[in-house]
Amino acid sequence: MSTIYILWLRQLKKYIRSTPRIIGSLGQPLLFLLVFGFGFGSIFEKAGGGNYIQFLVPGIVAMAVVFTAIFGGIELIWDRQFGFLKETMVAPVSRFNIMLGRTFGGASVSVLQGIAVLLISFLIGFKMQHILMIFPAVIFMFLTAFFFTALGTAIASKLTDMQAFPIIMNFLVMPLFFLSGSIFPLDTAPKVLQVLGKIDPLFYGIDGLRFAFIGTSHFNPWIDLLVLVGFSLMVLLAGKHLFEKMEA
Amino acid sequence: MSIIEVKNLTKKFGDFVAVDNISFSVEKGEIFAFLGPNGAGKTTTIKMLTTLLEPTVGEIKVNNFNLKNERDDVRRSFGIVFQDPSLDDDLTAYENMEFHAVLYGHDKNDRPKRIEELLRLVDLWDRQKNLVKTFSGGMKRRLEIARALIHTPKIIFLDEPTVGLDPQTRNHIWSYVVNLSKKEGVTVFLTTHYMEEAEKMANRVVVIDHGKIIGSGTPAELKSKTETNSLEEAFLKLTGNSIRPDEASSVDMLRSHARMWGRKR
Ligand SMILES: Nc1ncnc2c1ncn2[C@@H]1O[C@H](COP(=O)(O)OP(=O)(O)OP(=O)(O)O)[C@@H](O)[C@H]1O
Ligand SMILES: [Mg+2]
Repeated sequence: MSTIYILWLRQLKKYIRSTPRIIGSLGQPLLFLLVFGFGFGSIFEKAGGGNYIQFLVPGIVAMAVVFTAIFGGIELIWDRQFGFLKETMVAPVSRFNIMLGRTFGGASVSVLQGIAVLLISFLIGFKMQHILMIFPAVIFMFLTAFFFTALGTAIASKLTDMQAFPIIMNFLVMPLFFLSGSIFPLDTAPKVLQVLGKIDPLFYGIDGLRFAFIGTSHFNPWIDLLVLVGFSLMVLLAGKHLFEKMEA
Repeated sequence: MSIIEVKNLTKKFGDFVAVDNISFSVEKGEIFAFLGPNGAGKTTTIKMLTTLLEPTVGEIKVNNFNLKNERDDVRRSFGIVFQDPSLDDDLTAYENMEFHAVLYGHDKNDRPKRIEELLRLVDLWDRQKNLVKTFSGGMKRRLEIARALIHTPKIIFLDEPTVGLDPQTRNHIWSYVVNLSKKEGVTVFLTTHYMEEAEKMANRVVVIDHGKIIGSGTPAELKSKTETNSLEEAFLKLTGNSIRPDEASSVDMLRSHARMWGRKR
């Protein structure tokens, strides 16, 4: 337990101390929010989709969460390159606990980032159906973040340098983001996209967030929850296997 | 009584044999120097002894624990100062120490006292609240030594602990080490390229080159075997005069990447 705690605490401290990182990773979601929100808003509304900002914000909050989470996982590479990883690898603690601590830490940081985007969305007119729904929202943010941090960690355990990072962003994270129904509704999209969307873990994260924020969702939120937990367990198991075999 | 026993240890990276069937032992309480030119296989051997790398072949016992199936017992037995930096630059000196203490399960109530004692030992107590990224190379080294001692290990591995440090700091570090060995009976396993340091410090020396052991004994024995007057001459006679290819290490390359990515380290 204390291993998990100290690793979690470390991630949080590092996050809070790096103001440039906080501001930097707010940039992209804000850009999306403004460009899409005000650019597509009127078309979306004319097509009968309702208020586009209301639709978009859950997707953009998820975006902030996912990007921060993937990066938090990939940060393992930094720790390896700058040597700190060795310090944890020679310690008499299980590798799995090290991985869990990192993942909880990365996921918590991502939730903070998601909340920051949410707060900013209020400024441009986003309204939540009920303020208490922030609790289920945080749960969905956390599960999404947990999945993507664990995924990033698992990938990073196989990589030796940061050069693969753009590949991961462009060929894994961005497709998952666009397929998830984050910026356009999947229900009216071509069949292929609908099917692909259903195997995208982020779809369930965003669906759950929409439920919490605006009260509409494709699936029952419990289903979203279960699917997210399932995906997280899967990637956690894979990560455990990779992490235990990893040499520093 | 030996505290480290290595039998027929081999490590291959693909086809390349980095450590080639070496056997040696380290006696309890001694200062043991593991010497060899760049790329000889010293760090690779230390990584195997400290559970970071899986041996290709061979048996290792550390503090009477078998490295294959008693990993955590082995891990509790040693402290290590790696050749490359291993601190978290974004944490303070105190936080780096605390992190280690928690991972090693050091008693919570005793923790602050132990950390203070060790930070004072290496003259860093008044810098405890500073981020490590503001430290000089020598201060980082001292912090790493203090950190490696928190859990009162029986063995301490020092992989080139004095590289790049000024003579004052080097003397300082070696005097802590001698103290540890004399007062606390800690076994010291060190590597260094400064032969005078090894000659002064070590009770026993093993020389390795191209992954093979090519000489061992006390510094005096090595000198008389090679009919030389200093350990440096003995070392050169054993290993020859040719210069080893010194590839830029992967860490150096990463550093430059890191700079491109806008992170200052
Ligand atoms: N992960 C690895 N993959 C491939 N080759 C490796 C790896 N690690 C080490 N080597 C090679 O093994 C050899 C021994 O390296 P090692 O780091 O053990 O040398 P060393 O004696 O510590 O040298 P130095 O004095 O320069 O630190 C070198 O040729 C090195 O290139
Ligand atoms: Mg080395």
